[in-house]
Amino acid sequence: MLDTASAPVLELSNIRKAFGGIVAIEDFSLDVRAGEVVALVGDNGAGKSTLIKIISGVYAPTSGAIRIDGQEVSMPNATKAREHGIEVVYQDLALVDQQPVYMNLFLGRELTKGPFRVLDRRQMIAETERLVTELDVRIPSAHATISDLSGGQRQGIAIARATHWARKLVLLDEPTAALGVAETAKVEKTVAALKSRDIGVLIISHSLDQVFRLSDRICVLRRGKQIGVRETAKTDKNEIVSMITGV
Amino acid sequence: MSASSPAAPASPVRALLARINLQQYVVYVGFLAIFLFFAVVLRDSGFLTQRNLVNIVLQTAPATIMAIGLVFVLSAGDIDLSFGSTVAVSALCAAMAMAAMPAAAFPVGILAGLGAGLLVGAINGVLIAWLRLPSFLVTLATMGLVAGIGRSLTQLRSIPVTDPLFTGIFGSGSLFGVPSLVIWTVVAVAIGHVIYRQTRFGAHVLATGDNARAAQVTGIKVSRIRLWVFMISGGLAGLAGLLYAGRLQAAKYTLGETDLMTVIAAVIVGGTLLNGGKGSVIGALVGSLLMGMLNNGLILMGLSVSDQMIVRGLIILVAVAVSLREKTR
Repeated sequence: MLDTASAPVLELSNIRKAFGGIVAIEDFSLDVRAGEVVALVGDNGAGKSTLIKIISGVYAPTSGAIRIDGQEVSMPNATKAREHGIEVVYQDLALVDQQPVYMNLFLGRELTKGPFRVLDRRQMIAETERLVTELDVRIPSAHATISDLSGGQRQGIAIARATHWARKLVLLDEPTAALGVAETAKVEKTVAALKSRDIGVLIISHSLDQVFRLSDRICVLRRGKQIGVRETAKTDKNEIVSMITGV
Repeated sequence: MSASSPAAPASPVRALLARINLQQYVVYVGFLAIFLFFAVVLRDSGFLTQRNLVNIVLQTAPATIMAIGLVFVLSAGDIDLSFGSTVAVSALCAAMAMAAMPAAAFPVGILAGLGAGLLVGAINGVLIAWLRLPSFLVTLATMGLVAGIGRSLTQLRSIPVTDPLFTGIFGSGSLFGVPSLVIWTVVAVAIGHVIYRQTRFGAHVLATGDNARAAQVTGIKVSRIRLWVFMISGGLAGLAGLLYAGRLQAAKYTLGETDLMTVIAAVIVGGTLLNGGKGSVIGALVGSLLMGMLNNGLILMGLSVSDQMIVRGLIILVAVAVSLREKTR
């Protein structure tokens, strides 16, 4: 029991990514275990987003291996990553603005019914209502159009979608960058809930306070190089800041 | 900010009004207003006779069929300018195939007409979806290309269509007293509406037009969707060509030539956004009927052709302005 709970859901070994002659990531290795929150920190251009894109199947690594539950996988596209139980909350949220909330939660995975496979709106709405209540996303209704919602509500929908579908791992790219205090607290609560569901979380954040509140371990990147991984409980902000800046 | 949970709304009426999007109804209000206007002004000119009203539906049938295709294309965030000239080439191909094989005129006519439309759609789709060329330029080019082919196919002559089964089913025939063109319109709109509103494909078309990147990362095959919408548009242009050939019992390169602007106007007035993500097949039908009614009413009012064009242009301008303004709020 203990073994399975702590087995890594995601293992990156010696990941390297070059765009032409420019090396974006060199020799990056990291494990994320089930129910563990790992924070990825580093300055702008350090390679954090590139790494997220490699894990989510947007970019293929130039070399190195990705293992999920110990199985080496290749992820040629985002669909494949989702089949492996990996969900991403993108910085731009990837929502369809003119569609209602429930269609966004089921985007690309719409439920259908009957021999003609017509959309099962009732079922999608019911599941959406259950989910937003569970995650405490305050929206007027499952019918609300995304473009009518506030930034926090939209973020809530994007996170709800990821948590609903994730079986192994959720990648969060700056999930609270545009949010107020109350909304940030809500997002952090959702991350904690993922932990309790034994889902691994890899979070990119510029807020060290948040990183220290949420994470179990912190991985620092600088200009594509992995500077080090620290257990959050055994480090402090000064050490992390100096790792980020290199001074 | 978080106070918008389903707390008691001020009044049920206001709650209802908030959920209804007024923009969606502009076309229906406009349709009704213009209908009432003509009904009063032209009460002695035969506008309200059953014959005239049926005639309007018959005359708009090909435009309505094209409009359905355009709803899909626009909703996916693209534009198709080539369907008008595709109509003519499809009609010509059908007529020529029927003339060449009179023994099997009906099936070869359908095959040739729809095939020509689908082929143009496929060419558009491949260039746009796989080679990632902008749809405006691609279809502008194929519009001219196809129009040229239509002219060279027959050296500008028209080709008669005489097969009685063909002209019956695609033209003057009727079933239980309902003219075949009305049946085609109803069937096409019904199928188009269900696919657009009730299937995953329809949802993926809208997602592609709204936010192609979001569609992509949630696993929607965006390129395939874009190819499909152009195939749909081309195929429906082919069907419109068959309807023209059947009704006029002839095919000519001029068929569908003037439909491009009318159909675009009908679709936009009907509540479909020009830049994707939102639309309505039913709205396009009403928009198309509105355009046909306008045509009919202005002729009955005795306006000269040039005056008709001016009035129609102005009304389209007003209608588009109203429907687009409502949309951006």
